[in-house]
Amino acid sequence: MIYADNAATTKMSEAALHTLIRLQEEAWGNPSSLYGHGQQAKEVLEKARADIAAVIGAQPREILFTSGGSEADNQAILTAAALGKRKGKTHIISTAFEHHAVLHTLEKLRKEGYDITLLDVHENGIVLPEEVEQAIREDTCLVTIMAANNEIGTIQPIREIGAVCRKKGVLFHTDAVQAVGHIPLDVVKDNIDMLTASAHKFHGPKGVGFLYAKKGIRLSNLIEGGAQEFGRRAGTENVPGIAAMAEALKEAAAGMEKNAERLMAVRDRLIEGLSRIPHSALNGDPVRRLPGNVNFCFEGIEGESLLLLLDQKGIQASSGSACTSGSLDPSHVLLAIGRVHDVAHGSLRLSIGEDITDEDADEIVRSVGEVVAYLRSFSPIWRDLMEGKKEFIL
Amino acid sequence: MALYSEKVMDHFLHPRNVGVIEDADGIGEVGNAKCGDIMKMYLKIEDGVVEDVKFETFGCGSAIASSSMATELIKGQPLSEVRKLTNKAVAEALDGLPDYKMHCSVLAEEAIQAALEDYESRSGKKV
Repeated sequence: MIYADNAATTKMSEAALHTLIRLQEEAWGNPSSLYGHGQQAKEVLEKARADIAAVIGAQPREILFTSGGSEADNQAILTAAALGKRKGKTHIISTAFEHHAVLHTLEKLRKEGYDITLLDVHENGIVLPEEVEQAIREDTCLVTIMAANNEIGTIQPIREIGAVCRKKGVLFHTDAVQAVGHIPLDVVKDNIDMLTASAHKFHGPKGVGFLYAKKGIRLSNLIEGGAQEFGRRAGTENVPGIAAMAEALKEAAAGMEKNAERLMAVRDRLIEGLSRIPHSALNGDPVRRLPGNVNFCFEGIEGESLLLLLDQKGIQASSGSACTSGSLDPSHVLLAIGRVHDVAHGSLRLSIGEDITDEDADEIVRSVGEVVAYLRSFSPIWRDLMEGKKEFIL
Repeated sequence: MALYSEKVMDHFLHPRNVGVIEDADGIGEVGNAKCGDIMKMYLKIEDGVVEDVKFETFGCGSAIASSSMATELIKGQPLSEVRKLTNKAVAEALDGLPDYKMHCSVLAEEAIQAALEDYESRSGKKV
């Protein structure tokens, strides 16, 4: 079995898993309690906060634990929107290929009267800092642009975009769910005001994430109740989960350079191999992409049937086809980089993990080639293309 | 809990009647690439009976399985019976489809009815 869907979720690392299990036993107290068990849990919690802060160059006080990436995205955006509104600023800049946790929150704000600008991400899936600068207005209260795209893996020029926002005095949030633990990030050097992360994308547990918010940003609460998390996020803390997240992140940070180097070699081997399939195309920039991300479109076939057949061959991957999402439209990310519906339905995302070997990559290339050829053998679109009744797009 | 029933998986992994009939008496094509599903049905009719049927499909697992099942349901059947084929019959024969995949069985019904209409207009015979 080859698991190539790490952008969907990762398997917990052994260290994170052991931390989680051990602390369920040892640190079960409520961090808000004043007696021994409670204070012990509080210590674990604050140690995790400090460890996580250190990895991204933040201060512990700037880390707020959440239930995951979606909650952190919501809180960051709604915070900036509320702060902006007080000053009469209701314009927000983002991109068309953000995660739905961002896009749907922005859509909600649009209905409330906010003006939302979604920037072009171009054919290569990269946002241009100068276009961010041009889009900023007097009434802009937030720029929110993801650090790395979840489908096509393109890495955005976060530092330059952050610098533009600093210069213009606009808050900058980045959804770094796919980036944290995979590529270097430093909230100070990268000029980031708010950053979202999710533990299960870097071998931590599910249901845990964090929001970094620069000192001085008064967060709006999504969940009201007790005074946990500096009064900004009520609810008894998931101490074992948070500590396991910190463990996973430290591990990911320590091994980042080595892992990235290996992953990039396997990634490029996959890209080279899959490019040999006729009428296929890589989605997103070939270089400025996450070390573990490969995303292709194959003309004349549909993605869900491709995934099902790959699963039969022991390869687990993902697609941006409409049929895998339950909607009629294919991936908004592929449409945003200009892929037309016809080929966007035939996409494959491979997000490889550290345990992948060159042999695995070769097996993936071989299997994808076989499955694509098989599906094309009875695809009416492929017949039309081969008989010249229809023009090839790829 | 699997996404699809065993029947759907069987017809998806081992589709029946795949291919083309070069001298088909009726051809029906429905769907479009924009939505991610295209089905093409080829009918060979002899004495008012479906002598042979083949399909080509661009689409998801349930689209391929629905096409395959639909061909099995009509093969050897008199055209009056083929006329009555519904998407519900296709879905039921597959032991059900997920709600959001029911349109695949609708496409199968439509493709067959389109092929039948093509046969009628070519042959001048009313079914």
